[in-house]
Amino acid sequence: MTVPSPVNATNQSSAVLPGQGGWTGSLSDKFWRNPKLLLILMLTPPALWLGIIYLGSLFALLAQSFFSIDEFSGMVQYELTLKTYGELFRPANLDIIIRTVSMAAIVTVGAACVAFPIAYFAARYARGKWKALFYIGVMLPLWSSYLVKIYAWKLILAKEGILNWIFAKLHLTWLLEAWLAIPIIGGYSLSVSYTGTFLVFLYVWLPFMVLPVQAALERVPGSYLEASGDLGATPSQTFRHVIFPLALPGIVAGSIFTFSLTLGDYIIPQIIGSSRLFIGQAVYAQQGTAGNIPLAAAFTVVPIVIMGFYLWGAKRMGAFDAI
Amino acid sequence: MKQAILITSHHHPFKTSATRHFPCISEVRPYAGGLQTTGFSMTTAVSFSKVSRHFGTVRAVDDVDLSIAEGEFFAMLGPSGSGKTTCLRLIAGFEQPTAGHIEIFGTKVENVPPYRRNVNTVFQDYALFPHMNIIDNVAYGLMIQGMGKTERHAAANEALELVALPGYGDRRPGQLSGGQRQRVALARALVNKPKVLLLDEPLGALDLKLREQMQEELKTLQRKLGITFVFVTHDQGEALSMADRVAVFNDGKIQQIGSPQDIYQRPQSRFVADFVGSSNVLEPAFVKQLTGTESYASLRPEAIRIGQPDGHSATVIGSSYLGGTTRVGLALGDMRINALIPADQAVPENGTTVQINWQADELHLMGGKP
Repeated sequence: MTVPSPVNATNQSSAVLPGQGGWTGSLSDKFWRNPKLLLILMLTPPALWLGIIYLGSLFALLAQSFFSIDEFSGMVQYELTLKTYGELFRPANLDIIIRTVSMAAIVTVGAACVAFPIAYFAARYARGKWKALFYIGVMLPLWSSYLVKIYAWKLILAKEGILNWIFAKLHLTWLLEAWLAIPIIGGYSLSVSYTGTFLVFLYVWLPFMVLPVQAALERVPGSYLEASGDLGATPSQTFRHVIFPLALPGIVAGSIFTFSLTLGDYIIPQIIGSSRLFIGQAVYAQQGTAGNIPLAAAFTVVPIVIMGFYLWGAKRMGAFDAI
Repeated sequence: MKQAILITSHHHPFKTSATRHFPCISEVRPYAGGLQTTGFSMTTAVSFSKVSRHFGTVRAVDDVDLSIAEGEFFAMLGPSGSGKTTCLRLIAGFEQPTAGHIEIFGTKVENVPPYRRNVNTVFQDYALFPHMNIIDNVAYGLMIQGMGKTERHAAANEALELVALPGYGDRRPGQLSGGQRQRVALARALVNKPKVLLLDEPLGALDLKLREQMQEELKTLQRKLGITFVFVTHDQGEALSMADRVAVFNDGKIQQIGSPQDIYQRPQSRFVADFVGSSNVLEPAFVKQLTGTESYASLRPEAIRIGQPDGHSATVIGSSYLGGTTRVGLALGDMRINALIPADQAVPENGTTVQINWQADELHLMGGKP
């Protein structure tokens, strides 16, 4: 057997190569011997950030929700009480919560329905150039200003906007008017109706649903679909029993984004929609003009609790089994 | 001792009481292994007439004629890219022929989707559904058919017993070894009682020992159930040891169809001689001296005897120890040939000249085909 000739002839004599020079070389050796040291070094800064600055201030805010405000002086009373939480259940505040949660749920379902075919195409059929085009198409809206997009939508949805114009050209104005005549979801024009709020939420959060669903579908090999068909399942049965369950972790991941982002947003409902408040606007109003930090803090707890229940329910339904 | 116990257990792999869902098991089919197709009923399970499947300019399957009898264990053998897997996918319905007709039990299956074919497949990667436990995987086909939960789980349990995996129903595919997953995939296909079972390199991912065991078990199972098996493999040993008939594929065409003995002992082309059993191919000029016919001829390595008093002079150019045998490389004139000799026979030194010969009937003419 021939021995492959060594690249460096001076190394031939010793079995152990000399260390790579300098302090970087000895540092590498040290890290190689103590992998934990490197891990600790890498994790300490983000852990400090997450632990103290991020979670610390969040808990400081949450702690505020257990204080209350003196209704005469307007000063915060630093005594632990559940009085502020009780205020959440006043009809006006409860309306805000129900309105926001319903909108978040509908936006999530809408986003899942719109995102799935896009994600399915990208995962199953798009290759090379088409895949790049897909990523650009999905990410492009994220590169432009949030405010610009929302004001653009206000123009699109306005009474004099392009959507009305298109409906008029198609002689479908009656359809739009019939839709706007429906109580609650309708209004004077799309830009001041809940329908408009929904459309803009759907547009803004869609990438956050498409990408996780696409990632989940990407991990489903074609042979699973063939096996399902081979065992007698029609395409719709294959969807129900194989594709959907395997895409569910992605849908849940996406819905965590769409649901929680809608729960917390205060700009879209302020610019587009009826003037009725969402949770985000209530927080904004309470901590600002009203100066009621405890109630603002109590409002922020609502999305956290809802998301907690949501994740717990999703886990029980087996959404994370295929991870 | 340990070895002996292992081997014993291999020989009774499917000793089972699974007879309710698989009543045919009790009546063991007469052993027809290795015989010609006359041993089977004359019903044709699968037939290809002038079937082609082209992908752009690539002719994956090119003008293939084929007929597989009911109850037959049929192997499609060939190197990767030879079209054997595409043929299997054409039977399953995952691919549609570009030209030609395919019939399954006399019914034309053009434009019949996979889910309407009474054919099941064991996939190369097993394709077990990771979000279901083993029992639900096996019962999937029955669930799709609308069978009740108790009934289909009972049938699935029987199928698991059949593949010697009783009590594994609650586990997930990820918790099983490769060999166990392979058996689950088999059970999942068999529980539907298909007319034809397609196996796409099902043993490819297993290690040698397990593969040999599964070969034995698959063969036994096929004889028990009497289902037509179509088995795709690139392993000639696997095809020869398991199949009743073998089709050798190359470049999208069938090179030869026949019994394992036919294929191995009487290869009709240089490709088959080379691919199956690594036969030596003798040049026409040399063959003419021996037989008077100018034709390529095949000569199996184990038919060559070395160190004979008379015969042809050949020079030893190398040898490899293979365990039970030793392969000796020889230069016979311009030709390089291999001989297999028993390991206990003395191996001649490299460079020495030895006399070799063989029985005249071991030389098989391959006609004009190079």
